[in-house]
Parts: sequence; C-alpha cells; structure tokens
Amino acid sequence: MSRKAENWDTSWQKRAADWLRDGTDALDRAMISEMTEAPAVAPEDVPGAADVFEKKVHEDQQKEKAIYQTLHERTMTRGLHHARVLYRVLSILVCIGIILSLLHAVIEMPVFGSPDSPVVNDVSRRYIEDGLKETGAVNIVAGMILDYRAFDTLGESTVLFIASCAVMILLRRDRKRDGMMEKGSLPEDRDIIYEPHFDPILQKSAAFLTPVILLFGVYVVLNGHLSPGGGFSGGAILGAALMLFRNAYGVKNTRRFFTGRTFTTVVFLALLFYAGAKSYVFYTGGNGLESGIPLGTPGAILSSGLILPLDICVGAIVSCTMYTFFALFRRGEV
Amino acid sequence: MTFLTWLLLGFLIVCALSVALTKNLLTSVIILMSYSLIMSVIWILLQSPDLAITEAAVGAGITSVLFFVTLKRIHAIDEDRKDQDEQKS
Amino acid sequence: MSASLADHIYEVASVILFGIGFTTLLLDRNLIKKIIGMNIMDTSVYLFLASMGYISGRSAPIGDGTAPSAENIINPVPAGLVLTGIVVSVSVTALMLALTIRLYHRYGTLDIDQIVTLARKGDEP
Repeated sequence: MSRKAENWDTSWQKRAADWLRDGTDALDRAMISEMTEAPAVAPEDVPGAADVFEKKVHEDQQKEKAIYQTLHERTMTRGLHHARVLYRVLSILVCIGIILSLLHAVIEMPVFGSPDSPVVNDVSRRYIEDGLKETGAVNIVAGMILDYRAFDTLGESTVLFIASCAVMILLRRDRKRDGMMEKGSLPEDRDIIYEPHFDPILQKSAAFLTPVILLFGVYVVLNGHLSPGGGFSGGAILGAALMLFRNAYGVKNTRRFFTGRTFTTVVFLALLFYAGAKSYVFYTGGNGLESGIPLGTPGAILSSGLILPLDICVGAIVSCTMYTFFALFRRGEV
Repeated sequence: MTFLTWLLLGFLIVCALSVALTKNLLTSVIILMSYSLIMSVIWILLQSPDLAITEAAVGAGITSVLFFVTLKRIHAIDEDRKDQDEQKS
Repeated sequence: MSASLADHIYEVASVILFGIGFTTLLLDRNLIKKIIGMNIMDTSVYLFLASMGYISGRSAPIGDGTAPSAENIINPVPAGLVLTGIVVSVSVTALMLALTIRLYHRYGTLDIDQIVTLARKGDEP
C-alpha cells in the first residue's frame, strides 16, 4: 500500500479520483459521502435513539432540499444564460453560413440582365407576342395574371378571404365574455359605445381627401388592362380610403354603408362570379368552342373580354379584405 | 443609373440592419415603411411598374398601418410612460 | 471573384437582406421583431425573383396599342408571380399580428422566452 501524501485530501489527485469514481453531480457526491461516513450512533445501542434518529432524518431531508434548491437556481440562472449565449452564437454562425452558401450559388448564375438566360424562353415569347391578340390587354402582365394564369389569381383571392376569416376568428369580440378583463387591455377597449374624440383637422382633410382617393382607386382598377395597376393595387387604394374615412368619422358613420354583412356578401359574390366566369372560359376553351366574349379594340376601356369584370372582382375583394383587417384589429368587429 | 442602383440597394441594406438593431418598436415599424418605399422605387428601376404601385400601396400602406394598429392595441407605443407603468403594475 | 459579384448586385443584395431577415427572425426575442424579420425575408425573395426577369436595354411590359415585339420587352412572367406574392405576404402578416395580439392578451408579455416559461408552468397569471 503506498503512502498517502500529507495534503491528500485537498489535492487535485483526490478530486480527479473522486470524479472518476463518482461523477460531478453535487447530489451524488453528497449522498455518497453521507453513505460512506460511519454513523455516529447505531440506533439500537443507545437509549433514546429513536429521537436522535428522527432528528438525523430531518437534518438529512433539509440538506437534500438545500442541495436541490441550489441546483435548481443554478440551472435557472447560469444554465439559462449559457444556453442563451450558445443559441446566439449558433444562430449567427448559421446565418453567416446560409448567406455564404447562397452567395456561392449566386455567382454561378447567368449574368444579370442578359437576354439569353434560361428564364427567357418560349413561354414569355408567347405571352409577349400573342398577348395582345389573344387577350386584348395592352398591359401584358395584367393580361397574363387575369387570362392566361387566372387560376392563380383565384387562389390568391381565396387566400385573402381565408386570412380575413382566420383573423375574424382570432380577434372577434366575444359578447358573452365582455365582462372579463383581458390581461393588458384598458377599460376603453371593452366598451363598445366608447368613441375617441375626433380631430377637426383630420375630419376636414378627410372630407377632401377621401373622395379623391376613392376616385383614384376606381381609376386604377378600371384601367388595369391599359396601364400599370390592376385589381390588387386599386383594391389596396380603395381599402386605404375606407380606413381614412373610418379614422376620421368613427365607426357609426362607416357602418351606414359598410357592415360585416356587406363584407361577406361582396366577397362571396365576387369570388363566385370569378370562379363561374373562368369556369365557363376554361370549358369552352378546353373543348375547342368559341367563348362568346368579345375582345374589343385594344386601348379602349371596354375591351379585353373578361379582364375588366375580373379586375373589378379582385379590386372589390382586396379592398373589403384590407378594410376588414383594419376594423378587426381596431375593435374586434367590422 | 448604376450609381443610383448601388445607392438604393445600400440604403435598403442599411434600413434592414437598423430595423434589426433598434430596440424601440415604433421606430422599427417606421423604418420598415421607408424600406417598402425604397423597394417600390427599385421595382421601377427593374422596369416593373405594376409591382411598384402594388408594393407602394400594400407594403408602405396596408402592412405598416396594420403594424401601427397592433402596436396601439398591445400598448407598445410609449407616449405616456408613466401611465403605462402605473397601469401595468 | 469580386468582379462577378458586382455583376449580380440585385441578387447579392437580396441574399444579404434574406440573411438579415432570417437573423432577426431567429435571434430577437420580441414577437413583433420576428414578424418584421419575416417581412424583410419576404420582400428580399420578391426582389430576387423580379430581378430574374430583367433584361438590360428593354422596357416595361406595357405596350401602346400596337403589337409588341419580343425584342423590346422584359420578361413578364416573374412580375406576375411576384404580384400575387406581395398580396399573400400581407395576409400572412395580418394573421401573425392577430396571433400576437391574442398572445399578448393571454400572457401579458411580448417576450417569447417568458411566454414559453409561463405556458410550461401552467400559466399562472
């Protein structure tokens, strides 16, 4: 048996041997040291040993609780801190890695703006050269999204409708629960009758601006096939006009012409008309029949077949949806 | 034209960085609005006026208004800090 | 290498914006900042798509009543794709903001770490 050094108990060799044997878990160490120490008294020998035993059990439980407490605190504070730092470092590394790999792919791409890149192919050639003849629209992009690829636009209008339904489900004011105060809401959020005081500057300028914006929106929608614009941007402008009116004049005045029922009716009828009209065109085109829709002269407003009615449908859907988003966010009901 | 392109793209990147680094939510939404506007000008440089008018109406208009209304609703606009702290505590 | 990077400034700018938006989405603990980051990612992808359609020297895809020739007009297909994408992006943003409002009313905070902690603890008020 080798001789132990004098400072064996505090040297690093002992700590290393202990770590190898027992691990670094504080609880494990405490339990093991507790078990290897000889008990001071054996419970059978000494009279009154039961009380001593009870006290020792109680002390052990306190010690265990203290160990658990320190462990819990250390996990919640320093462990969390380390985890957060690690997360941040890893995220930055991942983002830099993504940027570098994407840049590496970008260098291999064909030169920007060259006319013989693979993106320019027969499809775009067909759309440009025969677009005016087949759709009658001077704006090639509008003719493309409302005639050649009208199904995509139907899907996109449906996505808008579904999003507004989902926002309505999430934010609708529940009449039954109106008495319950939500966490973080002021009393005026609960009160339906409460209206903020309206600014005279805002009212006077909205009185002038709203008809102008509405007129511009209608112009952009109607001229979708002749100039830049179309259903989406015109609808957004109309929705913005409605928002301005509501901000300036309050919800009671707006409810005179736009309620929740208006929203559902308009959007439903517009989607139905869009689907029906395009189904008719698909049916006749797919079976080789002539659809009886006149194309008109290019450059006139009443031209390009179905593109003008479909533009109006899309504009109505987009404007109603944007205003409904705003109203639901403000108040919880249209 | 190339100088204008470089300038606008640099402005986009600066806007995006400042949106990411600002602590105040109202400031970041306003900078997002200007980001949308510069993006709309870049669409015009890329010869797509449809995209420009749509991005101007939708991005700098509708999305930013929705952000502002959300910030109002969750009381993140600190106009009266005192009232907010009183009400929260 | 830098010469060919300078040829693709639109793509490089859109990749950098994508990275910035993604970093904001991952790193920032505030919910609103995450939604803003996702918005930046969306618009950067639209910039990338639309810059695919550009051909130098040609003009916008709007004619003037006469039949356009394929040599004067840029590629209109990516512009149509991006147009739909912009409107879908605003719907997604509106939905995410509605969720944020509900989360705030439920937990009283916008910090994602605190929300997860409160949700795991069984949401004590």
